Amino acid sequence: MFTPSQPEIPAGGAKGAAGDPGPAPTEEKGEARHMATETAQQSVLQYLTTEDRVGLLRAMLMMRGIEERAMTLYRQGKVPGSFYDGYGQEAVSAGAAWAMSASDRLCILHRDLAAHVIRGVPVASIIGQYMGREGGITRGRDGNVHFGDRTVGCVGMVSMLPDMMLVAAGLAMAFKMRGERRCAITWFGDGSTSRGDFHEAMNWAGVQKLPVIFVLENNQYAYSTPVGQQFAVNPVERAAAYGFPGLSVDGNDPEAMFEATRQARERALAGDGPTLLEAVTMRMHGHAAHDDMKYVPKAQIEEWRAKDPIDRQIKRLEPLGVDVQALRDEVKAEIDAAVETALAMPMPDPDTATDRLFADEPALLEDGNAPWSGFAAKGDS
Amino acid sequence: MATMTYLQAISDGMREEMRADERVFVMGEDIGVFGGAFKVTDGFIDEFGAMRVMDTPLAESGIIGTAIGAAVEGLRPIAEMQFSDFISCGFDQLVNVAGKMYYRQGLSVNLTVRLPSGGGFSGGPYHSQNPEAWFMHSPGLKVVAPSTAEDAKGLLIAAVRDPNPVVFMEHKHLYRRVKGDVEDGLYETPFTARVARAGTDLTVIAYGAMVHTALDATADLDGASVEVLDLRSLVPLDEEAILASVRKCSKVVIVDEANMTCAAGAQVAALIAEKAWEDLDGPVVRVATPDVPIPFSPPLEQAVLPQVDDVREACRELLEY
Repeated sequence: MFTPSQPEIPAGGAKGAAGDPGPAPTEEKGEARHMATETAQQSVLQYLTTEDRVGLLRAMLMMRGIEERAMTLYRQGKVPGSFYDGYGQEAVSAGAAWAMSASDRLCILHRDLAAHVIRGVPVASIIGQYMGREGGITRGRDGNVHFGDRTVGCVGMVSMLPDMMLVAAGLAMAFKMRGERRCAITWFGDGSTSRGDFHEAMNWAGVQKLPVIFVLENNQYAYSTPVGQQFAVNPVERAAAYGFPGLSVDGNDPEAMFEATRQARERALAGDGPTLLEAVTMRMHGHAAHDDMKYVPKAQIEEWRAKDPIDRQIKRLEPLGVDVQALRDEVKAEIDAAVETALAMPMPDPDTATDRLFADEPALLEDGNAPWSGFAAKGDS
Repeated sequence: MATMTYLQAISDGMREEMRADERVFVMGEDIGVFGGAFKVTDGFIDEFGAMRVMDTPLAESGIIGTAIGAAVEGLRPIAEMQFSDFISCGFDQLVNVAGKMYYRQGLSVNLTVRLPSGGGFSGGPYHSQNPEAWFMHSPGLKVVAPSTAEDAKGLLIAAVRDPNPVVFMEHKHLYRRVKGDVEDGLYETPFTARVARAGTDLTVIAYGAMVHTALDATADLDGASVEVLDLRSLVPLDEEAILASVRKCSKVVIVDEANMTCAAGAQVAALIAEKAWEDLDGPVVRVATPDVPIPFSPPLEQAVLPQVDDVREACRELLEY
């Protein structure tokens, strides 16, 4: 039997059979997990300076702040269409994106705004994007979180969610063909695992041993469908069938997400192929602004509210003397200014609606920000 | 200059471009060691290696999707569908990811998708289709369909160099049936129409294999002077060339091997109705495959695919109008 080697990974929210919350952990098991988490926490801190840890918090605060402001703009009628956010899932994109280098490439999903923020997308362009302004990333050609800023190495998602898994595999294929030490990463949801492109991408990446990281963002619901109606076997276990490791990670812990992604990236750069990371988290808001999600039990929401990733990161940093209020104020000021800038952006000129269908010249992906201190130390950003 | 088959010309175009540009690579099912189901990439793996002549898993969505990823990173993939029919499995990636990428985010997708298409040899419903109109209806994709060896090479090279996704329709029934003089070295054929034969009494507008059907049908048509316009490119569609031919001849027969409804020829007919009404001396006549799957058995297949006699009869009737 083929047994993929399992890289060490911080203990996280490994979960039981899909859709079945399983028996509540006994005190003893809970204690063991707590200890394991603390041990893992020590190992993560070999790689994260206090500045990194504050950076993770800042990216999450920025994501939440931008999305809250955008929801207000939506209710004011300034955001057309609907609005999708990632409230409560900020750690998934913040932690993973923090581990990616400037020349790595990201295919980002709609509840992963922190990844865009970390890569360096201007906040005003994000707000302008939501409002369909000319100054938004897609210049009003696509809406809400459907964007990728090619100038910082990001490819925007399409609505057919696992499609970008194949695109990410193709990015990785290019790196491999050119012999480059680079890595691609993509996020997708629990619902995505039911579609064929999930299989095609997992199989392709396994066969060709591609330097790609697949982040399965398990937020328990695909629109209104719970994971128990989505799969009979937790898809993280399918990774072994494709010949590479699959690991569950606490998706509400940015440092656990960072560390799991860092290790997966090391694997990829070493030529050992892809990794599937299941970020276990919870969608705390409806599928979109119109969805009151009354299909989600209230107790489930309350259980996850106690695991809020921002609160957890604050609890870690305050004892270190980090001035969280100052950070909040700074983030709020940046968002306030960005909203003003975005509101001043003109709507697109209707006469340009049929422009830019075809490229006259190549316009490719470029490098983005990579703030992790480890890149500066190694000089391989 | 060398005499080549249509198939050899496609191979030659890919080989020359791969020699000249290391960003270019080919990928598809059974194209490496086996050389492809039709041997278009025969011997490529020996010259360029397994990385640039990539045998892929049997996964058409995977082929298109990974090719898109490689393209936005600066490579220039040529993705082969073993049969054009199989693009239905890669349709989403081509239409929703590749086709809309540049419009949405200004990210160009330099991708060529080769689609061996068309019927005439008992391929049956899944090895005979002409799906070009699906892609004409999908913004952001260019669609070309050569009819000669010379154009097959030149259009292939132009497609590979185009920074946009290009669907390259290569007709299987022309692979070894059509031969012609092909220039050595690298050259591009523009995405415009070509007058295959000049005439003044009637114009037959066609592309791909139907250009040859049209030429055969009208080679000796009771002394009439019949023009044959080879579209070569369906997106962009050469409106000026179409309208010029209509203005000159005033009578038009449009031939599609694809199913009749919403075919490329329907768009040409609509264009003529809108912009050349005053130049017509008779109704626009269409010859196309009726709206049924392509049947397997030879008498059934011949009954649905446009034959030389069908085109000749349509031309005769219109000339008498």
